Amino acid sequence: MKLAVASGKGGTGKTTVATNLAVTLARHGQSVVYADCDVEAPNGHLFLKPEISRETPVSRLVPKVNPERCIHCGACARICRFNAILSLPDRTLVYEELCHSCGGCALVCPTGAITEAPHPIGIVRIGAAGPVQFVSGELNVGEANGTPLVRSVRQSAPTADWTILDAPPGTACLMIETARECDYALLVTEPTPFGLHDLRLALQVARQLKLKCGVVVNRATPPTIDLKQLCDAAQAPVLAEIPDRMDIAKAYSEGRLAVDALPDMQPIFDRLRARLALMWSANQQSLSSNSKQAAGASGEKISARHSRIGEAATAPPNSAAPAQRSPHER
Amino acid sequence: MSDDFQVTELAILSGKGGTGKTSVTASLAALAEKPVLADCDVDASNLPLVMSPRVRRREAFSGGLRARIKSGHCVACGKCEELCRFDAIFFDGPGNGRVSRTFRVDEFACEGCGVCAEFCAEDAIELSAADSGEWYVSDTRFGPLVHARLRPGQGNSGKLTSMVREKAMEIARSAGRKLLLIDGPPGVGCPVIASLTGVSLMLAVTEPTPSGEHDLERILALARHFRIPAMVCVNKYDLNPGLTDQIERRACELGATVAGRIPYDPAVTDAQRKCQTVVEHGRGPAAQAIIRLWNNLSRSFSNLQSQPSRPASVR
Repeated sequence: MKLAVASGKGGTGKTTVATNLAVTLARHGQSVVYADCDVEAPNGHLFLKPEISRETPVSRLVPKVNPERCIHCGACARICRFNAILSLPDRTLVYEELCHSCGGCALVCPTGAITEAPHPIGIVRIGAAGPVQFVSGELNVGEANGTPLVRSVRQSAPTADWTILDAPPGTACLMIETARECDYALLVTEPTPFGLHDLRLALQVARQLKLKCGVVVNRATPPTIDLKQLCDAAQAPVLAEIPDRMDIAKAYSEGRLAVDALPDMQPIFDRLRARLALMWSANQQSLSSNSKQAAGASGEKISARHSRIGEAATAPPNSAAPAQRSPHER
Repeated sequence: MSDDFQVTELAILSGKGGTGKTSVTASLAALAEKPVLADCDVDASNLPLVMSPRVRRREAFSGGLRARIKSGHCVACGKCEELCRFDAIFFDGPGNGRVSRTFRVDEFACEGCGVCAEFCAEDAIELSAADSGEWYVSDTRFGPLVHARLRPGQGNSGKLTSMVREKAMEIARSAGRKLLLIDGPPGVGCPVIASLTGVSLMLAVTEPTPSGEHDLERILALARHFRIPAMVCVNKYDLNPGLTDQIERRACELGATVAGRIPYDPAVTDAQRKCQTVVEHGRGPAAQAIIRLWNNLSRSFSNLQSQPSRPASVR
């Protein structure tokens, strides 16, 4: 099961839930991958303390113009929707930071003056924290677009019973890229007006992505009616409540996992694991009965996608491999 | 207003989310004299929740284009899927008279590059402006607030962030307000860069946890990258005073200065529940600390102004 741990609001406890859940699942004998997709502010390693076995630089492709071949026709600048190419009468300028690596400029250039070269954007780390397999992406400071890096983290995650993806906060590009091919979203919130407001947004995204979801309430005080109503309306059950206690905050501030530091926290995550496992097996059963009725179009696409991810797992991109393949590689 | 009218822009950022950016920004708004406010966290905008804004102006925002395949025209040649770099094209669209299945664009994955449309031999792909959200100019009890709502799942938050900041700056200049307070998003990526470049000063709000420390180093590196002076404030510092000392030392090594410390105080959440800023709510320990923080920041503003003015067009 691929599970995204997400939230609209930052700092609600995504990493706390994701890391403690990963360790709990491993303690129940499951194979688990923890994938830190919060590439702008990755924190999972601070709590899981993994041993890193491989670091892979990730790049994206940006155009390079060969001035000897360029005839200054301006076709590249016309197709670029991101204003990343300026075509002047005597030269062609590329603004790499604006480029989305779509490859359109190289495709339309009539003289083959544009080639694409890798531009480093970050690093993917692979390792293990005890029985938990660990993958994490870190965006280089100053890089604006982490989407290709999140994609690379997802594709580098080995296959396992459970893949826990620690999502970035918000509801924009990076969160979508993390949750895209997940089976379930676990939304972490806190019972404050900010938390509630942003949970509402996260539930909207989940609905748009047709993603089933459940809620974990962190720093839980006696539940407010608003929160219950919101979750009921979205058919997102509250799967766990983590109490609002100083000793939990202190353990976090010391970089310790709650399930290790505090004896009464393990049962909370055990129950969360049990409820997720139950839901997953029910979901699998309904899926298999559905697919017997309608095997076909969408199933084909899904299996093709999964095999592609599987390939990435067994043969990870070699160093400096671009996160995005150029068309002729496909 | 004359061209040399200087607006001080203070961006409140953090790297890690949930450290208290919005609560601090709201209180600074209450303490400042005639500020303009910009909520640059466009995908999870929380400043309006404590500001009770009265919306005066509302505008649609489009972050770019989205491709759509006209299933009636598609001959399922697969060129679009081959060329798309964003895994946005799926072979599960409805059939037509010629083919049993057509291609379909996933609107969330599409970045609007238009390559598919350019190379579609059947002209079956159209591009149209995405409805990405709205931005607003509102009145609040502290001054004008520019804020926005990116539709969940939409990209290009950096463009909307820049728009919010530009509108807020226009208002500050035309209304003769000398301080622009920017409540920024978490992270270090595109909307953060759009909130930070060219500001007069950054205040990084962090917390004494390994995550807070780690992400503070990243936001300070970003500020250094753009040559923005940085100040630091550790929120809930009493959660781990030892780590707070360490973080403040580290911040100084990285070229920032310490602007203050805020203790843990239940009044912060209580104020939020009452739609108040912390300093309006009472004079508890957090409110006192924020007032001291504000005094330190004000002194820094006057130091900034006594220095030779930096070009306004660094952005």
